[in-house]
Amino acid sequence: MNTSLILLLVLVIGLATYLAGRARALATSKGKLSALHSLPGYHGTYAAICATIPALLVLALWLVAAPVYIDNDIRSSLPETVLAEGEATTELALGQVKSIAGGLKLLNAAELSTLSDDPANLREVLAAKGVPLAGEGEAYMVGSAQRFNTLTTASRYLMAAAVFLVAVAGAVLALRGIKTPFRARNQVERVMLGALMLASSIAILTTIGIVGSMLSETIRFFQSVSPVEFFFGTVWDPRFSAAGSSDTSGQFGLLPLLAGTLYIALVAMLFAVPIGLFAAIYMAEYARPAVRSAVKPLLEILAGIPTIVYGFFALVTVGPFLRDISAELNGLVTGNYVSFIQAQSVLTAGIVMGIMLIPFVSSLSDDIITQVPASLRDGSLGLGATRSETIKRVVLPAALPGIVGALLLTASRAVGETMIVVLAAGVAARMQLNPFEAMTTVTVKIVNQLTGDLEFNSPQTLVAFALGITLFFITLCLNIYALYIVRKYREQYE
Amino acid sequence: MNIMTEAAVEKALDQKMNTVSHKMVGKDVSVYYGEKRALFDVNLNVRENTVTALIGPSGCGKSTFLRTLNRMNDTIESCRVTGRITLDEDDIYDPSIDVVELRARVGMVFQKPNPFPKSIYENVAYGPKIHGLARTKAEFDQIVETSLQKAGLWNEAKDRLHEPGTGLSGGQQQRLCIARAVAVSPEVILMDEPCSALDPIATAKVEELIHELRANYTIVIVTHSMQQAARVSQRTAMFHLGNLVEENDTDKMFTNPDDQRTQDYIMGRFG
Repeated sequence: MNTSLILLLVLVIGLATYLAGRARALATSKGKLSALHSLPGYHGTYAAICATIPALLVLALWLVAAPVYIDNDIRSSLPETVLAEGEATTELALGQVKSIAGGLKLLNAAELSTLSDDPANLREVLAAKGVPLAGEGEAYMVGSAQRFNTLTTASRYLMAAAVFLVAVAGAVLALRGIKTPFRARNQVERVMLGALMLASSIAILTTIGIVGSMLSETIRFFQSVSPVEFFFGTVWDPRFSAAGSSDTSGQFGLLPLLAGTLYIALVAMLFAVPIGLFAAIYMAEYARPAVRSAVKPLLEILAGIPTIVYGFFALVTVGPFLRDISAELNGLVTGNYVSFIQAQSVLTAGIVMGIMLIPFVSSLSDDIITQVPASLRDGSLGLGATRSETIKRVVLPAALPGIVGALLLTASRAVGETMIVVLAAGVAARMQLNPFEAMTTVTVKIVNQLTGDLEFNSPQTLVAFALGITLFFITLCLNIYALYIVRKYREQYE
Repeated sequence: MNIMTEAAVEKALDQKMNTVSHKMVGKDVSVYYGEKRALFDVNLNVRENTVTALIGPSGCGKSTFLRTLNRMNDTIESCRVTGRITLDEDDIYDPSIDVVELRARVGMVFQKPNPFPKSIYENVAYGPKIHGLARTKAEFDQIVETSLQKAGLWNEAKDRLHEPGTGLSGGQQQRLCIARAVAVSPEVILMDEPCSALDPIATAKVEELIHELRANYTIVIVTHSMQQAARVSQRTAMFHLGNLVEENDTDKMFTNPDDQRTQDYIMGRFG
């Protein structure tokens, strides 16, 4: 009896309880519906909840707890010699026992008895059934595997029995409790509230979990590299040390990456803010409704393009274009046709990221500009100001806090952007000011450090978590500050 | 000047009213919002140095007419105006007229006080700055002071000129908006239910102010309050369903109107 079947049956019991509960409530009302505190449907729903929810909780708990219990049991049944060799060996043996257990189920009784007598050709017998083993099985493993199978089967049956018992008990109790004054409606409401709260707390808890897991890896990183060296180091050179050599652990200076991140974000913002803001002003103040309803969605489509596509655009179009045009310019001026803009450069990444950010800036600012009360515009126009004077002197100052908030939100996106910079910014970790040269960002280095075949035990890989958490805190602070400003602004006009 | 009693001033103004020509003349003014016609061939003249009140039930077109006088209707996309409106004999809908300049000559005060989110000083100096009415700080200070004085706000605001205008009370805000309109030295001031968002005490102050402003400006005011129209205006125009029903001296209008509909409206039989 497998889990999905149990689940299905519990739901069937729930449905049956619902129908029974409704019918019973109707019967109790003796044809006078208004005598009931709650409508029959609520009584049915409440009974169904009583039948299913505890049963499902038992199911979930069992599914989590049973494997842990069985693993412990099997582990303690392993020979002393294996246990003495340490945790890794024990886990390996346990894994092997489990795969043998899986194989044993495929054997018939005759094969099983020969195997129990002579476990030497265990591997061949199982391989013939299509179950590959990682190593030669030991003799004790067959016994353990059989025990594992027995325990698992027993656990299944017990689980099914327990779940059904709980479901039926819940259903019977709930159905017996149906009386006219029973407030089923309020009870259902409380269950709904609980479900909604559960959903929102899952989202928050996941975030905390993510931060926690990053934090623990980061602490491991800081055990081998000092925080001072990481946060204030100016050289990024995380040499992947060859096996055996322990002297070269490399240097993990954050500053060149941070400089690149902020520089590229700055170029992107320089590009996106004026264009996005002007687009927003046009859309909010000048465009006719027909134009607005057509152009605004079009602009917002830009926000839906996956950033890797922008990355391609940078790699095959913008980068080479900038390189070639710089060569032409250089040639016209000096006669020497050498490009001074590299294909992968701060400028390329910044421009393409800027294009990506335009819809964010324009859409957010547009919302904020439209929120400025029309009476302010009328007041200014009524004094004989032109439209652009009104926008410049009244509308934008009134909307400024909100716009600043929007720009901060956009900036935090620019700082965290990955795919565009991976393809367009280059990988050279340098601290310099020339926008025509390649620089690299925190996100690019995270990708670099985590690509390939690795173990999470050297500073070379663990540094990715330190970088990640640094980035997380930068964007978190930007977002919190932006939301604070936006909220403060909202209060003004409500 | 000071020797003249209030009654004498009143009398002099009334004489002026009877002799002076019309400041603004509306002839066959019709307004359409898209397909819908909001005003039907309205002929209404606005006399100089006079308070003209526009009354009538909601949706009768009185605000629409008011907004045609400084072309604020231009800001509404679907709005179309036909007929002829003149300011000192010039057609304000003529293509040669600069609408921005027109609005400097015909100022407006709105229903809800709408001070800009700037300081009191900046609010008043806003118009003069745009139109280049002053150059030095001293000139601006002068304009701000006189405007606030004319609006009766100087004593309350002189110590807090650089605090935000939105921090004033509702009535003070509305007087600030009047000061703001006065600061650009308009010839005509349009007021669209200027007291509807104010309490009775603030209303009384604004009404008193309107009374004083009449000496220097021509005022057109839209109001829902019969009493207010009777208190502040010398001429009254009654609108109904987009038509001008009657235009007359306020005294006559409220005692012995020519039109039965005016009588009914004033008596509170409809509207």
